[in-house]
Amino acid sequence: MKQEYTITIYTENQVGLLNRIAILFSRRKINIESLNTSPSEVEGIHRFTIVINETEDNVRKIARQIEKQVDVLKAYFNTNDEIIWQELALYKVPTDTIAEKAKVERLLRAYGARAVVIRKDYTIFETTGQREETDTLLNVLGSFGLIEFVRSARVAIIRESKGFHEKLMEFEQGEPVQKSLDTEHIPTEEELID
Amino acid sequence: MQTQTINEISAANQESIEISGSEAVLKALVAEGVETIFGYPGGAIMPIYDALYDYRDQLEHILVRHEQGGIHAGQGYARSSGRTGVVFATSGPGATNLVTGLADAMIDSTPLVCITGQVFAHLLGTDAFQETDVINITTPVTKWNHQVTDANDIPEALAKAFYIAKSGRPGPVLIDITKNAQIQKFNYKGYKPCNHIRSYRPVPNIRTEYVKAAAELINQAERPFVIFGQGVILGKAEKEFKEFIEKGGIPAAWTVLGLSALETDHPLNVGMLGMHGNYGPNVLTNECDVLIAIGMRFDDRVTGRLDRYAKQARLIHLDIDPSEIDKNIKAEIPVWGDCKDTLPMLTSLIERKVRTSWTDRFKACMEKEVEEVIQAELHPTSEVMTMGEVLHQLNLLTKGDAIIVTDVGQHQMVACRYAKFNQSKSNITSGGLGTMGFGLPAAIGAKYGAKDRTVVSIVGDGGIQMTIQEFGTIMQNNINVKILILNNHFLGMVRQWQQLFHEKRYSFVDIASPDYVTVAKGYRIEGNSISKREDLQQALKTMLEYDGAYLLEVHVGKENNVFPMVPQGCGVSEIRLK
Repeated sequence: MKQEYTITIYTENQVGLLNRIAILFSRRKINIESLNTSPSEVEGIHRFTIVINETEDNVRKIARQIEKQVDVLKAYFNTNDEIIWQELALYKVPTDTIAEKAKVERLLRAYGARAVVIRKDYTIFETTGQREETDTLLNVLGSFGLIEFVRSARVAIIRESKGFHEKLMEFEQGEPVQKSLDTEHIPTEEELID
Repeated sequence: MQTQTINEISAANQESIEISGSEAVLKALVAEGVETIFGYPGGAIMPIYDALYDYRDQLEHILVRHEQGGIHAGQGYARSSGRTGVVFATSGPGATNLVTGLADAMIDSTPLVCITGQVFAHLLGTDAFQETDVINITTPVTKWNHQVTDANDIPEALAKAFYIAKSGRPGPVLIDITKNAQIQKFNYKGYKPCNHIRSYRPVPNIRTEYVKAAAELINQAERPFVIFGQGVILGKAEKEFKEFIEKGGIPAAWTVLGLSALETDHPLNVGMLGMHGNYGPNVLTNECDVLIAIGMRFDDRVTGRLDRYAKQARLIHLDIDPSEIDKNIKAEIPVWGDCKDTLPMLTSLIERKVRTSWTDRFKACMEKEVEEVIQAELHPTSEVMTMGEVLHQLNLLTKGDAIIVTDVGQHQMVACRYAKFNQSKSNITSGGLGTMGFGLPAAIGAKYGAKDRTVVSIVGDGGIQMTIQEFGTIMQNNINVKILILNNHFLGMVRQWQQLFHEKRYSFVDIASPDYVTVAKGYRIEGNSISKREDLQQALKTMLEYDGAYLLEVHVGKENNVFPMVPQGCGVSEIRLK
């Protein structure tokens, strides 16, 4: 069964790596729903957050392909209930319409939105939340003459993650360490021998 | 902030010398023990070629006739020597001509370091003369690639390139060096080979619990079956492999790339897997109780229809590349690691066994195959010659000691089926990519990789015409390769499919050939062409005994087919003998 997976990738900061990762998806005709790159908690280590709709089997295979890339340190994949995730959205609406309708302001407060720019001709609101939250506000503002809308890629933090500092220290040691611990198929005792 | 003492700084200054980026490239090659380079010069790589002029006594450069020929030669060199092939090409068309060879080396895990020239850094992205985006073009077909725009980065980039190409599951690496970096003088502080990259784990940790579980499963098995691939050769684990199957008494079948890892005459060698493989290994894949896959990746040409593949068997998969586990076939027990390490661990845990009733089943299948296919192929009564009988006669003369390099198509399958091998790294062929035109240039490289061995390039009349220009390379360098053209006057494998699956609609498979002997003569290569059986043995003998390159064209039956065959979309049990 296909479902939403968030893939978190720790990488070296290398030119060309984005392409190397992106083509792993396009080659398999997997659509990337959302992609974000940013620094991570460790200096010099980059972090990709990629959202796809896939089966668990396929997401595991692609995570292994990602981790196989020389400049990738580690790839994790998680279902939505294993992560905390947020997206940021910006909405541009005509200021006069907003000013007339106090109801709108109440709504904005309810969605935790705030105005980042207020001009005579338009106002830009910003909100952060999950897809349904930013979508609901989009629907609401749609009826008040929405001029422009944009939503960022997902950023996510794995609930159970202890961060990457420790893992990196293992990687920096010369001796081999288990790289693929989290994306492998680990048979249970019973599975191994009947 | 690190602090340096005055002494350290002066020591560093004394050690460093000022050299160009180009010279740093060549110093790196020398330090990596490279002896042979296959390449072709051009504008953007001229500084490196200029520096090479002073390194002629340390680095042998073979001028090929086309960059594709150069990279296939690099592949042939890597496969026959077990070392890393090195290829030079210029920017633009020089670099794009490498792409087929990169893709081939990628899918067949061949270690290569390709160095391409690139336009000046300040011209990148301006559509400069012979500029092409080599890094992005080659990303999907390289294990790693990297562009260098500053000479200071050259030693480290090349050290990484050689380390990545050869370690773990090998593969091709491309380093693109802009012309300014080649010219630039910098303080060279010596070459440090690379042996660790923090983001790169070439060999996964061995899990002893899996090894134990695998051994236990093998000990319980009644009909275990080993299928092995090139991983055994790449891991240099031929001896460990043989000890394993011998102790367990386990019959073993090979993939096309695994061929020659185990000598043909070994009693446990039961033959070839896959579409044109042997009858026994295919049908008994679906009757074994434990299937042990070693250094192979379950290519669709091996498995046929996946939902009819070894459904009854419990699968143990040994591989150095974790992404191969469960990729096509779910493994019950994954044994990660280099089989050079994992096989001895397994061998020590398994019980010594002889499984006569099980191995007899393979023998019975082979008898059936001999009767229905092989006899007629090797000892035909028809007037026209078969490819199989040419291979049979060749075996009698080489006694299995030659390196056989093939192209792609019917002759390739026949060669893999019937060629005899006594030692590893002797079968060189384009397996995964199926690159026509591979055979001739790869044979050139194979000869440089194993100078004291006989190299026979077996090619079809289609494939030879794709890279026939490499006759020029053979001529110029007096390369002693034997070119055996099996000419059936057709693109035979496509014709066979058109006959079997497209109602004999022979759509554009009728390919004309030049007079190969005359063409060869033009390149000062000796040659002969035969079409009669009574000439075959003597002609092969003359070819092999001739001191230098020799071309022998053998006209074989036009519409002969390669059997057995697992038709596409069928399971391995549905293998057809005719």
